[in-house]
Amino acid sequence: MTDGYSEKVMEHFANPRNVGEIKDADGIGKVGNPVCGDLMWIYIKVKDNRLEDVKFKTFGCGAAIATSSMITEMAKGKTLEEALKITRNDVAEALEGLPPVKMHCSNLAADGLHAAIKDYLERKKPQINTDERRFVAMENTTKH
Amino acid sequence: MANDAIVKYIFNPDIPGTMTRQIYMDHSSTTPVDAAVTEAMLPYFSDRFGNPSSLYSIGREARRAMEDARAKVADLICAKKEEIIFTGSGTESDNLAIKGLAYRNRKKGDHIITSSIEHHAVLYTCKYLETQGFKVTYLPVSKEGLVNPDDVETGITSKTVLITIMHANHEIGTIQPVEEIGKIAKEKNIPFHTDAIQTAGKLPLNVDALGVSLLSMSAHKMYGPKGVGALYIRKGIGLEPLFHGGGHERDIRSGTENVPGIVGFGKAAQLAKERLPEAAKITKLRDSLIKGVLEIKDSYLNGHPEKRLPDNANFRFSYIEGESMILNLDMKGVAASTGSACSSKSLEPSHVLLATGLKHEEAHGSLRFTIGRGNTRDDVDYIISVLPEIVNKLRMISPLAG
Repeated sequence: MTDGYSEKVMEHFANPRNVGEIKDADGIGKVGNPVCGDLMWIYIKVKDNRLEDVKFKTFGCGAAIATSSMITEMAKGKTLEEALKITRNDVAEALEGLPPVKMHCSNLAADGLHAAIKDYLERKKPQINTDERRFVAMENTTKH
Repeated sequence: MANDAIVKYIFNPDIPGTMTRQIYMDHSSTTPVDAAVTEAMLPYFSDRFGNPSSLYSIGREARRAMEDARAKVADLICAKKEEIIFTGSGTESDNLAIKGLAYRNRKKGDHIITSSIEHHAVLYTCKYLETQGFKVTYLPVSKEGLVNPDDVETGITSKTVLITIMHANHEIGTIQPVEEIGKIAKEKNIPFHTDAIQTAGKLPLNVDALGVSLLSMSAHKMYGPKGVGALYIRKGIGLEPLFHGGGHERDIRSGTENVPGIVGFGKAAQLAKERLPEAAKITKLRDSLIKGVLEIKDSYLNGHPEKRLPDNANFRFSYIEGESMILNLDMKGVAASTGSACSSKSLEPSHVLLATGLKHEEAHGSLRFTIGRGNTRDDVDYIISVLPEIVNKLRMISPLAG
């Protein structure tokens, strides 16, 4: 249908899974930048070191929405260690490939998930003060 | 009506055995070749295959057809037949006009004035000339996309050899005050080129009234074939050729002429001239579309509310991105375009939208419909009925929608 997008990408784009916010999220990963045209927020709920729930909100192109949707499916039920091992390439492969031009700019979902997990781990550390927390969050948003 | 032949339904690839409605509303990208144009072209692929440079009868026959087409293209813009050169595309016409004039006049000066919202065929040609030692002034535009003629006048220096300002913008449809700029150019005796690729065949054009020395056109924007363009060169204007060879097209553009394409261009130009009054119907459809779409919350019209192409409706929607809208519209059978970075090879949002003062994220949310003669009120109503749902769906996903 669309030049360069696989059927799997189009399927996730047309019917994105796990859209929305988690109000009492244990971690939030914000990556991308609206200037570049892609902005991804990943929300996680953690129970017993496992991702009990993963949701997303994304501003961006077909690839950005499809990768967001795909990572929520891939990450749900995984331990934090397993989830941190999911790479950008894993997401692209699960989607039966992405057009080369989309590989670096719109394939942010793994970064978003990792940022959310890091946010969760940081929140768990009682000794870290809020300023540092903010710094970590900022670092996450500027990464792309 | 030849364009009733446009396929309105296609097989739905997602649900076998069903049909999806198809609405093509991207006529500024390209248009279908009119059946009468195809018919005019066909003999020149086979039976009348001669080379217009050949002296025997089959060559002369091809030349006659080509010259007849030249007269028709000239007639569309009220020019003389001898002032038309055929090229391979609108892009080539722009390149030939700008580089050809700049190189020819290098001893006179090295300064070019253009606008910041030109098509890449003009903009990148100017940027290239900067690497060759030329200086270029890129004039700003208003938020409606208008160049101020006073800026053109104050931008002129003793070194200015060319002014190149487009007639109407391909994205936002804003029509520039070309006549006023033409007057300034004439007073200062500076050659003036206009890229009229979006207006030729849509608006009545008269090269004398516009005051232009050079004007670019393209056949495939007016129901003609792809791969053929034309450049109007006012008598007395000298251009350095870009292609050297057998001396075709008055030694300005060597290369055996694309006779079938040129014949098609001639027919398309003739039909376009006859059909100029249809602009009223297209304008009406455009206005209905604009009215209907702007009912959507946080939607805006890009470009000028009145000084715009009859076929152009360009919107932006807050919080969402253009490619996602295009893909969703495609699933509903609607073909449109966007200025979003994600739709471009460069990954930069439209320079036109940025030049009108939009922020990057605003430029990413643009959506362009360009109406053609095959479109109906029904098509407009269909788009107005499916678009709100698409915008809402994407806003539900967007973190910016709050």
